[in-house]
Amino acid sequence: MMAASRVGIVGVGMTKQRSSRRDVTGVELINEAVRAALADAGIKRKDIDAIVIGNMDHFEGINYVDTWSVDGSGALGKPIMKMTTGGTTGSTVAMGAYYHVASGMFDRVLAIGWEKNSESDTTGAIITAFDPFWDRPTFAGAVAGLALEATLYMSETGATEEDAAYIAVRDRRHALNNPFAHLKMDAKIEDIMATPYLSWPIKLGDMCPRTDGACAVVFASDRVAADFPNDPAWVHGVADRHLWAYTSDPYVNQKVKGGTWFPAMERATAELYGKVGVTDPLEEFDVAELYLPYSFAGLRYMESLGFCERGGGPALVRSGATDMGGKCPVNPSGGVMSSNAIGATGLLRVAEAALQVQRRAGDRQVPGASLALATGFGGCYWSDEIILGRELPDKVRG
Amino acid sequence: MAMAEPAQRKEYIIIESGDMEQPFSWSAGSYGSKFLTEIRDKAKIWGIKCPECGKVYVPLRRVCGPCYVEMTELVPVSNEGSVVTFSVVSFGFVDPSTGQQKPVPYGYAAIHLDGADSYLLHFIDETDPAKIKAGDRVKAIFEEPGKRIGSLLDIKYFELQR
Repeated sequence: MMAASRVGIVGVGMTKQRSSRRDVTGVELINEAVRAALADAGIKRKDIDAIVIGNMDHFEGINYVDTWSVDGSGALGKPIMKMTTGGTTGSTVAMGAYYHVASGMFDRVLAIGWEKNSESDTTGAIITAFDPFWDRPTFAGAVAGLALEATLYMSETGATEEDAAYIAVRDRRHALNNPFAHLKMDAKIEDIMATPYLSWPIKLGDMCPRTDGACAVVFASDRVAADFPNDPAWVHGVADRHLWAYTSDPYVNQKVKGGTWFPAMERATAELYGKVGVTDPLEEFDVAELYLPYSFAGLRYMESLGFCERGGGPALVRSGATDMGGKCPVNPSGGVMSSNAIGATGLLRVAEAALQVQRRAGDRQVPGASLALATGFGGCYWSDEIILGRELPDKVRG
Repeated sequence: MAMAEPAQRKEYIIIESGDMEQPFSWSAGSYGSKFLTEIRDKAKIWGIKCPECGKVYVPLRRVCGPCYVEMTELVPVSNEGSVVTFSVVSFGFVDPSTGQQKPVPYGYAAIHLDGADSYLLHFIDETDPAKIKAGDRVKAIFEEPGKRIGSLLDIKYFELQR
C-alpha cells in the first residue's frame, strides 16, 4: 500500500478576470490558465499525473466538459475527474486534487476551475441548479436567496447596510493591487449606498460581478516537491460540509435565537481548526482569502469562521483588522466581490492563499504571511475550507 | 494626403442557441404528487413527519436528512403561518421555467407554516420592505380552482394579515 503524502502547491496560473472574453472559447481559456500554471511550476504537460477539473455546466450549456476540453486542459491520455458542486466547485476541485496527491497514488496533479459567465444568463442558470418542484417556481437565484440571509442577519444583530458596504469598498479597493482582478475601484461607502436595490437589502454595489476567467494550480507530493522552483504552499488541512437539500432549508437553523448561525461553515471550521490546532484565527492566520459572494457575507461569515463573536462582524471589520495592513487582511486579491468566474472562484481563493504564503503575491502581498485560510461557498450555504502554510505540516491531515 | 485608417475592430463570432428547446419531464413521485394534487383539488397543504425526530417537512421530502429514515406519515399543516425573513426582488430576470420576464418588484419570504418545522420560499403581497417584518402573519392565497395545475404556483402568494 502506498504511503499517504503531505501535499504542497507548487505552481499557480490564472487568466485576467474579465466581464467577457469573446476572444477565446472555453477550451482556450482553460489552456491559458494551464499553460501559466505549468510555466510557473517549471514543468511540462507530460509531468502531470492526473487532472481534476470543474465548472458549472449549465453556465455554458456544455455537459461533457472533461472530455470536450482535453486539448486545452492537457488531460489527453491522462486520468481526469470532473467535480461540480455549485459555487464551491473551485474549492472542491482543489480538495479533489489534494486528495489525489495525499492518497499517495499521484505525485503531480493539476486542478483547474473555469467559467465563462458571459455565455448565459447567470440568474437563470443558477435557478436551474435547484429542484424543479419545490425550488424553481419561486426561487430568484443567488441575489434574492442571499437577500433573505442579509435581512435575517440585520434583524438579529442590528448590523446595517452601511456595515455591509464597508466590505464592498474594502475588497474592490484591495483589487487595485491585483492585475488579474475584474472590478477594481476606490469607492466610498456612500457610493455603494447610492447604487440601486437588486433585492432589498442587497444593492448592485453589494453583489459580486459575473466574470469570465480560469485558474489552474499544481499540487505536488512531499516526495517531489523539492524538484520545483517555488517553495511549496503546504496544505495543512481541509474540511467541508454540505448540509441542505432545498433553498428554504438554511433558514431553519438561523431563526432560533442562540441557534446555529451558518452550521455548514461552523461545523467545517470546528473540524478544520481542531485538526490543524487553530484556536484564535484572528491572531493565527496572517491572511484569509474568503469566498464572499456579496457584502453582508464579509460580516457574518467572520462570525461563523470564529474571528469574532456572533454579531461582532461589523465591529471587527470597521476596526480595520481585515484591511491591508490590519491584523488579518481579508481578500488582498479583491476576492469574489471583484471577480466571480464561478467555477474558478473557489480555486482562485486557494491560489491566492498559496501565493501569499509563498510570498509571491506582488503588490497584494501581506508582508511575512505564513498561515492562510481559504474558503469556498455555494449551493444551499455549503462550505469548503482549506488552510495553507509555509511550514511543512508534521503529518497528513484529511 | 491619405486619411488614417480607423483602427480595425476585431470581429468575434457568437452563435446563439436561439429557440432551441430541451424539454424535460420530471416525476414528482407518489408523495410529491399527493402534495400537489391536494393543493390543486382542495387548496390544502400537507407536510410529512419524521418517525424519529417528529419534525414536519414542507415541502415534502422522503428522507429526514439528519435521522436518515424514510418518512411516510402525511400530516396536514395550516394555510397560515409567519414570515421568517424576507426581501423585495426588484432586479429584472427571465424565469428559466417559463422563458418570461418575472414581473418585478415583488415581495419574497421564507414562510413558517403553522404545524411545519421547515420553511417555504414564496411570494408575499408587499413591496415596501419598511412594511414587512419577521414574525408577520401570512395566509396562502390560491389560484381559482379551474386554474390550478398541480404546482407550487397554485399558491399565488401569501397575503400579509394586517
